Amino acid sequence: MNALRRMLGTLLQFPSAIAGLAIVLAMVFFALFAVIAIPYDEAVRLWRGGEDVWGDNPRTVPPAWVNWWPGTNLPTTTRIDSALEPELKTRETLDADLEEVVIDFVVDYGFDGFPQEVTLFFTATYTESRPNVTMTWITPDGREIRLGNLTLRPSEAFRVSQETRLERRLNGLPPEIGLFADPDDPSRPLKGTYGLRVEGLLFEEEADLEARLVVYGQVHGWAGTDHRRRDLGVALMWGAPIALAFGLLAAVGTIITTMFIAAMGVWFGGWIDATIQRITEVNIILPFLPILIMVGTFYSRSIWVLLVVVVLLGIFSAGIKTYRAIFLQIKQAPYIEAARAYGAGNMRIITRYMIPRIIPVLVPAFVSAVPTYVFLEASLAVLGLGDPVLPTWGKVINDAQANGALFRGHYFWVLQPAALLLVTGFGFALVGFALDRVFNPRLRDV
Amino acid sequence: MADASASATAAGKSPPRRRRGGSGSLARVTRFTVVRLLALFLTVVVGVYLTILIANMGGYVDDLRRSTIRENVSLAVGMDPELRRLPQDERIKYMEDLIAIQEERLGLNQPFLLRSFAYLGSALTLDLGRSEFLTSDSGSREVRLIILERLGPTLLLFATGQLLLFFIALLGGLVLSRRYGGWMDRLVIALAPTSAAPSWFYGIFLILIFSALLGVMPFGGMVASPPPPDPVDYALSLLKHLVLPVTAIVISAVFLSIYSYRTFFLIFASEDYVEMAKAKGLTSQAIERRYVLRPTLPNIVTQFAFLIITLWSGAIITETVFNWPGLGRTLFGAITVTDVPIIVATTVIYAYLLAVTVFLLDFVYAIVDPRVKLDVGGAL
Repeated sequence: MNALRRMLGTLLQFPSAIAGLAIVLAMVFFALFAVIAIPYDEAVRLWRGGEDVWGDNPRTVPPAWVNWWPGTNLPTTTRIDSALEPELKTRETLDADLEEVVIDFVVDYGFDGFPQEVTLFFTATYTESRPNVTMTWITPDGREIRLGNLTLRPSEAFRVSQETRLERRLNGLPPEIGLFADPDDPSRPLKGTYGLRVEGLLFEEEADLEARLVVYGQVHGWAGTDHRRRDLGVALMWGAPIALAFGLLAAVGTIITTMFIAAMGVWFGGWIDATIQRITEVNIILPFLPILIMVGTFYSRSIWVLLVVVVLLGIFSAGIKTYRAIFLQIKQAPYIEAARAYGAGNMRIITRYMIPRIIPVLVPAFVSAVPTYVFLEASLAVLGLGDPVLPTWGKVINDAQANGALFRGHYFWVLQPAALLLVTGFGFALVGFALDRVFNPRLRDV
Repeated sequence: MADASASATAAGKSPPRRRRGGSGSLARVTRFTVVRLLALFLTVVVGVYLTILIANMGGYVDDLRRSTIRENVSLAVGMDPELRRLPQDERIKYMEDLIAIQEERLGLNQPFLLRSFAYLGSALTLDLGRSEFLTSDSGSREVRLIILERLGPTLLLFATGQLLLFFIALLGGLVLSRRYGGWMDRLVIALAPTSAAPSWFYGIFLILIFSALLGVMPFGGMVASPPPPDPVDYALSLLKHLVLPVTAIVISAVFLSIYSYRTFFLIFASEDYVEMAKAKGLTSQAIERRYVLRPTLPNIVTQFAFLIITLWSGAIITETVFNWPGLGRTLFGAITVTDVPIIVATTVIYAYLLAVTVFLLDFVYAIVDPRVKLDVGGAL
């Protein structure tokens, strides 16, 4: 324990180690926060959700903080639901079995850009006669533009941006631009308070209707959205626990088993040692990445299956030879002979006398191995072998690549997961380097 | 000797077994050679056989092939108006005959275990056979031709990148070891952890900056499309497409490599005999050449040799990110469509290259390191 404290003390003399430790700790907290904020099942459900989950988000837009850039004032998404705000709705009986419902949406629009899309979602309750609605758009300068009318089914989406007849009425401007454009200069939006009046006719006493207006913005959330309107924040947050779990488990799994097997081989010698050596040589010839890709394409793309394969292939790696060379020296040490003399068993000698001696080599190797595996997971995901259900940073990069994000200028899509990967990898690498210098005094001197 | 064997073990091979003394040096060398060759060959055989088993999914790929044949034959028979007139049982018999012929043609009538050994035999004799789905650009299905066609681009990209990296790292390490503690030294040490990220990762950043933002570099590919007819233009276009991937390969590893070479040289430069040489008043150049570089030569040679082998398969992901038509991407394509012959062919060639390199390295050590030669002579 004392030795450990002394080691930590030495470690903290390196500024890079402090920075690295800070990054690693921050990442661990971020990962814990993600797991607590979004439970596993919820993360899977959200990430696999379609229009029903993400329908109110704009498509492939950068995060909202790009508006912090001076002179940038891109629209955010406005979402008004008459079911949540009943005061928008008035209801009047015109006749027996004929009622009029009026929903007045008010949109304060003070942005410099145009919305991405405008959509009205209706839900109607009726038994036989379908309600009918008419929609009118009122601009701040008082113009009234008829959007169209519609006979409702129980659930209906009126995608204003796809109305070609409306587009013709707006002099060929796409509706989401034409409705907001300044009549004097159609390249700029007119700022002010817009109104949307929905007038519905209900032909039954029990009938009712609710409407939700979504004016899709050009920025969204703290992380932006992807091509399926999903909030990238979910993936960026959940990428952290997955990356850390994969990296740490793979590093623990490979390095500790490798060390143990090397110690066993050296201690028992003979055919055990020879077998371990031969297996290692065969394993070095096996192509690591292609085998992982084969397992991914042929058997299972589950991240945990791949983790097991990574560990299995990593056990008999070149590292076994390095550890073996060190153990061979340790085996000759007098204290081992002393242990034998007092009758220590094989396992006791291996676990209590040999393995502790190799910890100085092991710890830096372990910490440095973590980023390798974090990036390995990302690499597999970039090749399209990401876990089918879980969101990871690599999968976000893969989605971005597949949708030409760089080519189309959606930089946030690639940069955010890449930055997180880089920070994580860099943090572990910094600590690993510092540990290497603490534990290998030969390096510290130079 | 300790250094040579340490470098050998670090490179991932069993330490040379020539430590034990003995007489009859020629006989010993011959015996060593034969034993070593046999061991390496056995390793290759086992490694390749395992790859064959994995790539065939333990025989499952055969079932896939059988069902594909059945589907194709029944489709062909069903579409043929002549055959439609035949009675049902005769048509089925005709179909079964066709399937049997097809299966026999592909050798599918034999059990997989037997076939796997046949595969092993032809793989080991480098009879690479024909691919199942992929073709070369000229339309051939000969695995040999496909590999040869893709080898050029891979070698061009990775030889340029890795050799550049190797020499930059070697020279940088040498320069830094001469004036360690300076600002350049500290900068390299500070940047060394950047090598935690692989080259495709930096590739994405480079594409973002130089292709997407600045628009001065192509997004990927090997030459402009359509390829310029003039050979000079062609070479220039090739060069332009080469810049980003080569930069990515170099950046992803250069700081760590410089750092490790520098540390390595420093450790050797702090040996007593170097102090002795300094005391004798030798020039620093002479010290560097004779007392620092010379003993580190086995290690440098090892690194160089393994660098050459890694050129073989290229890098699957870097080639994918840069859309480079090399071996790595072909291998990836082969895996995604389970084109077993190509997977096995790349593995067997890699295994042979590795085995030959490991074998040759033992002799190279003996040439560059006089202490090893002494051992072989049995004078220790």
